[in-house]
Amino acid sequence: MSWFKRKDDNIQTETRKEMPEGVWVKVPETGETIHRRELEDNLWVDPLSGYHFRIGSNEYFSILFDEEKFEEIGNEIQPTDPLGFEDRKKYSDRIKNSQEKTGLSDACRIGVGKMNGLDVVVGCMDFSFIGGSMGSVVGERLGIAIDHARENKIPLIIISQTGGARMMESVLSLMQMAKTSAKLALLEEEGVPYISYMTNPTTGGVTASYAMLGDFNIAEPGALIAFAGPRVVRQTIGRDLPEGFQTAEYLLDHGFLDFILPRTKMKPKLTQLLKLVLHK
Amino acid sequence: MQYLDFEKPIAELEGKIEELKNLSNVSDGVLNNEIESLRERVDELRESIFTNLTRWQRVQLARHPDRPYTLDYISLITEEFIELHGDRYHSDDKAIVSGLAKIDGQSVMIIGHQKGRDTNSRKYRNFGMANPEGYRKAYRLMKLAEKFNIPVLTLLDTPGAYPGLEAEERGQAEAIAKNLKLMATLKVPIITIVIGEGASGGAIGIGMGNEVYMLENTWYSVISPESCSSILWKTWDYKEQAAAVLKLTAVDLKEMEVIDGVLKEPMGGAHRDFETTAATVKEQVNESLKRLKKLKPEKLVEQRIEKYTTMGAWETVK
Repeated sequence: MSWFKRKDDNIQTETRKEMPEGVWVKVPETGETIHRRELEDNLWVDPLSGYHFRIGSNEYFSILFDEEKFEEIGNEIQPTDPLGFEDRKKYSDRIKNSQEKTGLSDACRIGVGKMNGLDVVVGCMDFSFIGGSMGSVVGERLGIAIDHARENKIPLIIISQTGGARMMESVLSLMQMAKTSAKLALLEEEGVPYISYMTNPTTGGVTASYAMLGDFNIAEPGALIAFAGPRVVRQTIGRDLPEGFQTAEYLLDHGFLDFILPRTKMKPKLTQLLKLVLHK
Repeated sequence: MQYLDFEKPIAELEGKIEELKNLSNVSDGVLNNEIESLRERVDELRESIFTNLTRWQRVQLARHPDRPYTLDYISLITEEFIELHGDRYHSDDKAIVSGLAKIDGQSVMIIGHQKGRDTNSRKYRNFGMANPEGYRKAYRLMKLAEKFNIPVLTLLDTPGAYPGLEAEERGQAEAIAKNLKLMATLKVPIITIVIGEGASGGAIGIGMGNEVYMLENTWYSVISPESCSSILWKTWDYKEQAAAVLKLTAVDLKEMEVIDGVLKEPMGGAHRDFETTAATVKEQVNESLKRLKKLKPEKLVEQRIEKYTTMGAWETVK
């Protein structure tokens, strides 16, 4: 099968770096430097170019929840290694290393709190934990988030950043697509709003399940959003991809997003949207 | 008959039998005895190879170019079939065939991936890799089945949803996601059988059955062994190991309680005997239908949601 064959060795998929260390931070797209403090004050968005540095659940929770106060649920669900999976590393070691490196227990956290006075449930993925991959824990925690939203009739926001389903749990990861979609179908029956906010990158099995199932599908500027990533598509078709292919702007243009929302306007705009939906 | 690399010893013996048969046009006792003993040896050899298949060998069998495909099953297990085409938005995807059928007098909506058998038909069927239109056709026909209270049978056999430029442009991810949500609450029975390859989102995109079965020599996983090797080992050379660690066979999935049962194939694989394989599939479909038809629509949905929302493995730490 031609698309299984890698034409060139060592192709690197472009990924944005995690927040770099140091007082002065270089902006990848412009090469300019910016003071860390200034960047933080602008929610890790370069004020000049609009470049969105990748941030994690800690930062998104700080941005969205009033006075940065929220209750975390679903933490009792912890990763395990159901298949005894081992490639060049043991999966159990990958989990342990990621936990030590990031301080996170898996690639998704659930916060419950208030956003400009509105009750919200926020599920937020962390790319820093094994590429934000969706395994059983991500699926189960999001399931808890969706249940909480449904039972308490509280709007749900899921922030995605992921390379897709987690290979090391094989078909069990795949089944999390079914699980989250089934839970969202139940949420829909209760008429509780669900906003999907896609950040860079949102690909694979996550895009093909909960990320694309929002009542409102919204994305950060410039985010890569795809089913098959650009490297795979390039190999399939054997030619270069059009400029801007699979960016948030491209998806908006092709009808798959409601709008693009810069992080700096995220909180007020999502509040406004929910108030419109909830007749508030 | 095409032989896989691990079937070479079988191929050699079968070749010898053919040669002897050509020699013995007139009845020749000595040659006939020789042929008979070779046949016994082939059977023994086949049994010893096929009772100790590695996971990678099963992947190879799942991809065997002579394996029965969806249309073969349709012609072998149904009395009537009317193919229904098109997603009503863009086109008719040839990588998914679908339509209304009768199985032992029962109307059934059949939806399955379809591969081709020669160069032209492989291309025509896009190697069984559906575009968004295929998933949207499936969506439309599942809704139609629900409207007329007709059970749905889905047959999975895909190396993956097509990762092409236009597929991305027209929302491959959105099409699959919509199907998952629809299947969760569809008010008619869904029976799913993996008849070949069950590769990732492209497979589950039509695969959320109330009951799910796999033929013995098929695979179902979040990623193909080749792609898994290329990502985790950074080379394509570890596909055998990848197949092993992905635990992607029917027996593996039954152990993980992801599927409801393993359907036995004839010795040597489904491609050796279409009729027997199809009969096994038909028997399972009838048995599942009998069970599921007794359930009220709400119960069917409840059972399906319960099934998929409890899948996965984690630790609960207080």
